[in-house]
Amino acid sequence: MTDLLRPRVLGQSPTRVDGPAKVTGTARYAGDQRVSDPAYVHLVQADVARGVLTEVDVSAAQALHGVLAVLTPDNAPRLASTDDAELAAFQSHEVAFRGQVVAAVVARTREIARHAAALVRVEIDQRPHDVHLSADRDDLYAPEKVNGGSATDTEQGDIGTGLAHSPFTLDQTYTTAWYNNNPLEPHTTTALWLDGDLALYESTQGVHTTRESTARVLGLAPERVHVIAPHVGGGFGSKGTVHVHVIIAALAAKAVPGTPVKLALTRQQMFSLVGYRTPTIQRVRLGCDADGRLAVVAVDAVGQTARIKEFAEQTAVPSRTVYAAPNRRTTHRLAALDVPVPSWMRAPGECPGMFGPEVAVDELAIACGLDPVEFRIRNEPDVDPDTGKPFSSRNLVACLREGARRFGWEHRDPAPRARAESGWLMGTGVAASTYPVNRIPGSVATVRCTAPGRYLVSIGAVDIGTGTWTSLAQIAADALGADFTDVEMRIGDTARPRASVAGGSSGITSWGSTVVAAAREFRRTFGDHPAEGAEASAAMPEDDVGEEYAMHAFGAQFAEVRVHADTGEVRVPRLLGVFAVGRVVNPRLARSQLIGGMTMGLSMALHEHSVLDERFGHVVNHDFAEYHIATNSDVPHVEAHWVEEHDPHTNPMGTKGIGEIGIVGTAAAIANAAHHATGVRVRDLPLTLDHFLE
Amino acid sequence: MDSEIQLRVDGRRKRLRVDTRMTLLDALRDGIGATAPKTGCDHGQCGSCTVLLDGRRVITCLTFAVAHDGADITTAEGLADGEWLHPMQRAFIERDAFQCGFCTPGQVCSALGMLAEVEAGHPSVATDDLTGPVELTDEEIRERMSGNLCRCGAYVNIVDAVRDGAR
Repeated sequence: MTDLLRPRVLGQSPTRVDGPAKVTGTARYAGDQRVSDPAYVHLVQADVARGVLTEVDVSAAQALHGVLAVLTPDNAPRLASTDDAELAAFQSHEVAFRGQVVAAVVARTREIARHAAALVRVEIDQRPHDVHLSADRDDLYAPEKVNGGSATDTEQGDIGTGLAHSPFTLDQTYTTAWYNNNPLEPHTTTALWLDGDLALYESTQGVHTTRESTARVLGLAPERVHVIAPHVGGGFGSKGTVHVHVIIAALAAKAVPGTPVKLALTRQQMFSLVGYRTPTIQRVRLGCDADGRLAVVAVDAVGQTARIKEFAEQTAVPSRTVYAAPNRRTTHRLAALDVPVPSWMRAPGECPGMFGPEVAVDELAIACGLDPVEFRIRNEPDVDPDTGKPFSSRNLVACLREGARRFGWEHRDPAPRARAESGWLMGTGVAASTYPVNRIPGSVATVRCTAPGRYLVSIGAVDIGTGTWTSLAQIAADALGADFTDVEMRIGDTARPRASVAGGSSGITSWGSTVVAAAREFRRTFGDHPAEGAEASAAMPEDDVGEEYAMHAFGAQFAEVRVHADTGEVRVPRLLGVFAVGRVVNPRLARSQLIGGMTMGLSMALHEHSVLDERFGHVVNHDFAEYHIATNSDVPHVEAHWVEEHDPHTNPMGTKGIGEIGIVGTAAAIANAAHHATGVRVRDLPLTLDHFLE
Repeated sequence: MDSEIQLRVDGRRKRLRVDTRMTLLDALRDGIGATAPKTGCDHGQCGSCTVLLDGRRVITCLTFAVAHDGADITTAEGLADGEWLHPMQRAFIERDAFQCGFCTPGQVCSALGMLAEVEAGHPSVATDDLTGPVELTDEEIRERMSGNLCRCGAYVNIVDAVRDGAR
């Protein structure tokens, strides 16, 4: 059990510390940093999915007035490490996916760089490519592990026997689409070399992790790379790992000594260069008795990875934990294709992986005549079915009950296609959410007394919109016994102590625990009346959580959907989510993250789909005009609530992480509501209108 | 080809040379050093670059700087005066109508431009009576703010903020 903080500022709702800078546009993002007389970089991309570069003719580009350098595989310096093939810019003449960078122009202005990039003539000896994802491929393989380090396959009991003895069974296949993260801020790097040191203003979810990866690729000592990111325009996973533009910006800046360079990816380039969520194919098998008690839960997931670098989405992992059943099985198989490298996107694994199973549960509940809320409650496990460990806290049932009460579920007529209003078929649906409590070791924080009663807290964490500037100050205030306004944070810079990446909803758990440890160390050393300049540091404690518990957040999502009887248009007038996420640090900001996740889940349900043209291997709808994300008018009403949850085991704040759970289950709740409205069961996202037309 | 133009940005007169191909957005950002208009898509699809140009909301990535010699531009930065924030900006903070903040300067400018359109009686697809004054319903706000994308998903808070900021 951890030594829980007594909440004083925790649980209050101060507005964002960085609010005034953001509403006035004076907050400096990576592309806003003032550097003197910068040069601009524009990338040239391969227009085939597989081949060998035979010629990159830069003569016309080089001849253009204002062009300073053109980098290609023929002239770029060798990198110290090419272990990560995604980052091996210009190290080979092989083209491994369409959109791979084959040249980069550095020029005096953006206009000249872009013009010159169009003048670079690229000859590629094209080879046959394969970008077709299917569960029937004979070359699917089992990765060694899946993302997050979980086992690839699990098996308990015997699903064959379990299914044979179940009066109600389901065997269906569900698919989720290819999604691109699309943070509003395109990935941007401002790079400058000074006396052999590299400074990077970077849009990243981790300044220290960016430093470490970049230093390794360039063969520099990490302390020679300085990464600065005071404000980041969203990430959703796509800024969680270093992508190739960072390396290219560093090489480009090296090619023009003394000149800083700015490299901003275009929205179109983001569809091939900064990761994305793999499409998934999920075969779900369930079996239950006449009372709706599950005997079998089996999920076999297939996804894609790039031939040059493996990323294994952990799609089936959430099904290991949500419902009880004696016979269970999960598997993950991958197709290695000539596609861009997939990576993290908000709740990798849980987000796509709670679509198929949560629609399947709805189908099975209906088949055995049970209310889908009640069906879920009946399958609540006593301990984590995957590990056999008790849960540190688990309140899925409370979320379902509280959600049903708030949503008005009890008056629901279960019959599908039974309600219409002026040409619209109306329905409601529910789905469960879950997300693990992740903690990443290796963070350090420093607390310094700057004046009587005033404290400066430094940690190289980042705020990607999550509210870190504000919430860490709240945690520090309670850990120090100080007022919120007496704590000043220093984050977003490798000049601050090392911190882990903002990913896996681990930020507050990891950085917050570290700040608490540093504050306690500070008080132990200096007492309640420290001298000005007193300073103490501490690393994240490794031993303050119980390994004997399974730790997960849970939630229940309710959706109201209307589908137009004639056109099939789908709208979502109302979403309501209730979550059990431990203690909430800042209700104002927490609510934003939860409704933000639910809104992105709505977007996934109705709109998002990166359409691959298999003939050429590229996403054809590579901008916001065609890759639709939810707009304001798509989202009339979203409510997020949470149940009181006291968990003394997760960390000293009692939190569980809230950045991702909001997107988990939303699409399933909407698909289930669409079925209730229309009687049409859609198992493939997105819920486009063609699904609902006769 | 370069041309010399003059812009008035947030109350300050600026003279600058612009490449004829330079967008107004790049002129504001690279030429003048304004950071409030953001480059989110460069194709007029996201609204992050919205400013008030001669009082109207304009997406600056879709128009060339050279076509705006003499224009009077207000960015989100110019709406504030030092520590004093415009009521719309205060409403965005109070309602937590943003997370990452990247689309926010554009949202704020768009909201003010939109309110002027409503005030002038311009109807939208959400307006029932096309001839009378427009009532600022939530549906009107949602419809009229849909040109400003927010990937963090703050829309319901943006509607609350715009309603508060309009008072």
